[in-house]
Amino acid sequence: MSTLPVASSQPSRSAAPTATAAGWSWRPVALGALVLAALAVPFVLTDYRIFLATMTLITAIAVLGLNMLVGYNGQLSLGHGALYALGAYVTAVLMEHGGFAWWATLPVSAVVCFAFGFLFGWPALRLKGHYLALATFALALATPQLLKHKALEPWTGGVQGITLLKPEAPFGLELSADQWLYLVVLAMAGFLFLCAWNMLRGRLGRATIAIREQPIAASAMGINVPYVKAMTFGISALYTGVAGSLGAIATAFVAPDSFGMFVSIFFLVGVVVGGLGTISGALVGAAFIQFIPNVADQISKSAPSAIFAGFLILCMFLMPQGFVGLVRDGLRRLRTRGQRPRRGD
Amino acid sequence: MYSLLQQLASGIAMGAIYACLGLALVMIYQSTHHINFAQGEMAMFSTFIAFLLLKWGLPYWAAGLITLAFGFVAGFAIERLVLRPLGEVPELSVIVVFIGLFVGINSLAGWIFGHQLEPFPSPFPDKVPGGTTLISGHELGTVVVVLLVMAILYAFLRFTKVGLAMRASAENPVSSRLAGIPVSLMLSLGWGLSALIGAVAGLMVAPVVFLEPNMMGGVLIYAFAAALLGGIDNPWGAVAGGLIVGVIENLAGTYVVGTELKLSLALVLIVGVLLIRPSGIFGRKLVVRV
Repeated sequence: MSTLPVASSQPSRSAAPTATAAGWSWRPVALGALVLAALAVPFVLTDYRIFLATMTLITAIAVLGLNMLVGYNGQLSLGHGALYALGAYVTAVLMEHGGFAWWATLPVSAVVCFAFGFLFGWPALRLKGHYLALATFALALATPQLLKHKALEPWTGGVQGITLLKPEAPFGLELSADQWLYLVVLAMAGFLFLCAWNMLRGRLGRATIAIREQPIAASAMGINVPYVKAMTFGISALYTGVAGSLGAIATAFVAPDSFGMFVSIFFLVGVVVGGLGTISGALVGAAFIQFIPNVADQISKSAPSAIFAGFLILCMFLMPQGFVGLVRDGLRRLRTRGQRPRRGD
Repeated sequence: MYSLLQQLASGIAMGAIYACLGLALVMIYQSTHHINFAQGEMAMFSTFIAFLLLKWGLPYWAAGLITLAFGFVAGFAIERLVLRPLGEVPELSVIVVFIGLFVGINSLAGWIFGHQLEPFPSPFPDKVPGGTTLISGHELGTVVVVLLVMAILYAFLRFTKVGLAMRASAENPVSSRLAGIPVSLMLSLGWGLSALIGAVAGLMVAPVVFLEPNMMGGVLIYAFAAALLGGIDNPWGAVAGGLIVGVIENLAGTYVVGTELKLSLALVLIVGVLLIRPSGIFGRKLVVRV
């Protein structure tokens, strides 16, 4: 029982070859349907709903970033809200004071967040898991204070924050600002998800997972453990930071108090509920943390966080791989039924 | 000079509270090697119980005693009902459960007691007997109470049979079990005691920061810094760390960085300790056998 809960995804890989004939045919179809549905969203929903969908996609990017670290590398960060804030502020400050176009801030924000993540992760990652959790927890708590600080006020606008202009659709396209923004974010999310998928199957991804499973064996195989860990933290920070930038552009506003501790915890809830160590889990988790508060707010102001807390604990007990793991298990069971003689288990 | 001494005194008083919560963290860390992220919220909830009892007209000492008993039972119950059934799982899952408890207790307190700031009474007189203005009555009282808690804890662990059994099960659970010590009961007892000590910290800090569901956020982070600085596996290190951190916080807050950056100071302390001396001042360096 000393392996991570995410390790239970391995049997599905080994079981896959027997099911490829049936398994491969529906995948492209499902993916195609998903892409079509995603493209149809801005043309069938109201502007407010489109905005919600945009925010869900942005959250999904952030959750994916955190999942790379938590799910694939087994390192826990409680401070990804701070990285989200960093990305948002880089974009806002560059747009407000540097005269940057919104799209030109994204690469800058990506580089800044990557560097910050890499450097912040370097000392903490060399130690055991809970030290990183501690350091990032402190980072998340300190973030609003740092953003409000007087020395930074000329750039950050202090408590007031910065109000931005929402980008309008270019080239005279007949799209509302919300529709245009949705399509931009969709393209970004698609690109980043594809990159993540590629990366996690590649050399770095395999090294990352090896470290999660057996750090000592991994280093014996010649993997530079601190380097890969810090690299994973950097890339994870990059994803979350870019999500922060997109979030700032989408809401056209940044202020210190919207980046409290709870943002980091929401991302963690997204990772855990969606599914540790799964890419599609990021979308499920993001939808969960976007829509639960909308529904539960009517019961009590505290209801959403109470529900989140319940899910965090219940997931660890009942579904360590979140919703995606649950669905995968169900599908596997359906697929293998009747194909193999049942052994008593 | 006088104001410096005054700051030093309130630094020690605040440090005593950090030491208290840090001690609670270390108690759980020693026996389970987990850092309880929900420690501060547990203390906050206990303090709300005291608030409720005081509102019903109970005298302070009765409300305080019932609160400590509540803290003990709640800690015991959390270990039994949430952490025990989890079993031997990776550290990641345990921290996620702690964060779940953190958010859960916080939202529960907000749900039941509301989010407004509540003034909380201090059991101590405003003026110190000697008539000095160097230290306020509550500050002096806090230091005395925390010292008293430590003395009792020390005596309990050092001179009673249960205390010995608890130390043994933290040191070597397998041998202790073979020697007939109910190790799992000791673990739950440790949780209860730790929650009780946390409740003392909550009662002492509430008159200073006002009672509300988020009141322990800053205290917890300083308690982390205290425990790390002193060495997270050493209770007396946590106490020393708490006092040092409290003094640093107050002096730096007054003379160097200003009060708005107090939490960031804790962050710097934590990262600094991790960078320079991860095992803390009094901690043991852990060597893992492969």
